[in-house]
Amino acid sequence: MPASEQRAEHSAQQSTAAFRAEPAAGITLTQFTQLIWTIAAKDLRSELRTKEAINASVAFSIVILVLFSFAFDPSSEQLQEFSGGLLWLVFSFAGALVLNRSFARETQNDCLDGLLASPAPASALFLGKSLANFVLLIVVEFVSLPVFALFYNLHWSGQFWPLVLVMLLGTWALTMIGTVFSALTVNLRLRELMLPTLVYPLMIPALMSAMTLTTDFLSGIPLGPDNMIWVRLLVAFDFIFTAVSIAVIDSVLVG
Amino acid sequence: MNALEIHGVWKYYGDFPALRNIALDVTPGSTVALLGRNGAGKTTLLRIIAGLSRPSQGGVRIHGSDVRKDVTRRRIGVLGHGISLYDELSATENLTLYARLYGLDEPGKTANEWLERTGLERVRDGLVREFSRGMRQRLAVARAFLHDPDVLLFDEPFTALDDRAIAVLQGLLADAHQRGRTIVMSTHQLKEALILATHVALIRRGEIAYSGVRTQEMVDDTGWLYRNYEEN
Repeated sequence: MPASEQRAEHSAQQSTAAFRAEPAAGITLTQFTQLIWTIAAKDLRSELRTKEAINASVAFSIVILVLFSFAFDPSSEQLQEFSGGLLWLVFSFAGALVLNRSFARETQNDCLDGLLASPAPASALFLGKSLANFVLLIVVEFVSLPVFALFYNLHWSGQFWPLVLVMLLGTWALTMIGTVFSALTVNLRLRELMLPTLVYPLMIPALMSAMTLTTDFLSGIPLGPDNMIWVRLLVAFDFIFTAVSIAVIDSVLVG
Repeated sequence: MNALEIHGVWKYYGDFPALRNIALDVTPGSTVALLGRNGAGKTTLLRIIAGLSRPSQGGVRIHGSDVRKDVTRRRIGVLGHGISLYDELSATENLTLYARLYGLDEPGKTANEWLERTGLERVRDGLVREFSRGMRQRLAVARAFLHDPDVLLFDEPFTALDDRAIAVLQGLLADAHQRGRTIVMSTHQLKEALILATHVALIRRGEIAYSGVRTQEMVDDTGWLYRNYEEN
């Protein structure tokens, strides 16, 4: 018998041996949570070592806040009326720098292929990357906030916790939309331009809510029935876009 | 049950059909050399088999299951053109990351075992960006074998490898074959591939031009297949 046929027969004999028990289908909630944390920890560790996105984002945020402070009179009453808008514009632009890096990081060495070939569900990969982005954006915002208060003579400490609530909800909205569009634009040459172009129009409802609430809190208006509608809108926005992002992410990532 | 079943797979990029009605069955334990000239469609087909790309028509099943199912991907090891390793992480951190993604019981221990098997134990804490090309390739090989997959999909596995990495890979592939694993690899290194292969599939302009058992004639004369089945 020729050697090739012997090898082929050998392969056939191995067929039975080769069949191993099929791995258990599905993963538990604990495993899913661990996968999310694994991806988030990987992204945060990478970012802490390179500091590419966080340095650029913090520097950009502070420079813009300082430059705007030259344009407006910090003592004017009008400043309080658009303080929330100003702050969230800075957060959004600075956030784009972090979000752009999110999936761009995975193009180096075709790391995204490694992640997608693994059994980790695309939703876990997405939520892990979103969690890392969220943490980075929150750090940028909490560094920027005292600078903002200092240069614009604002007293945010009176409504600190409501302000934190708005920052968390608004940042989650920015993170969800930003991360999913970061995945969508990862292979585009003009992704740095495309990401903000796609993200900001969709962010309008969330930005409106966050801006209005932030202006209220910086003006000393407490959270109450008048502005609760904006909180509800922000929460609904977060829920809807989180669910939609999780539903579409596999199609977005696997072309 | 076949290890790999490809039925009527077409892949279009715009109007261009990169793959045309590809059909191929691979029995468990086979080692298939996927051959073809540049642009023939080998990488596109391997990406579809690995679940990294969706076919425009047709489907792929691995051990009877859809390739995009989590449970199916657990049985596949992929080594593509890129090494799929993070430059900012150490060798251990990279392998531990993938061990966790594959749900292995002892990620750290498994990572260390594979670092030793690929001769990288001395640089386990070194960042990948500081590695030579050969070391990076060996680490990528360790990543692909880490979870002891049933089906190994390799795209040009011998390209850019140094002698040591080629020896490591050949040893691992031979061991995997002995243990009944199914291997599909695209390559231009015909001699190395045909020695390992039990079967051959030749792709020409997105179509299967030949598929069958690898014969000794192919090994002795590596140009034979191209002369007989590839257009000039």
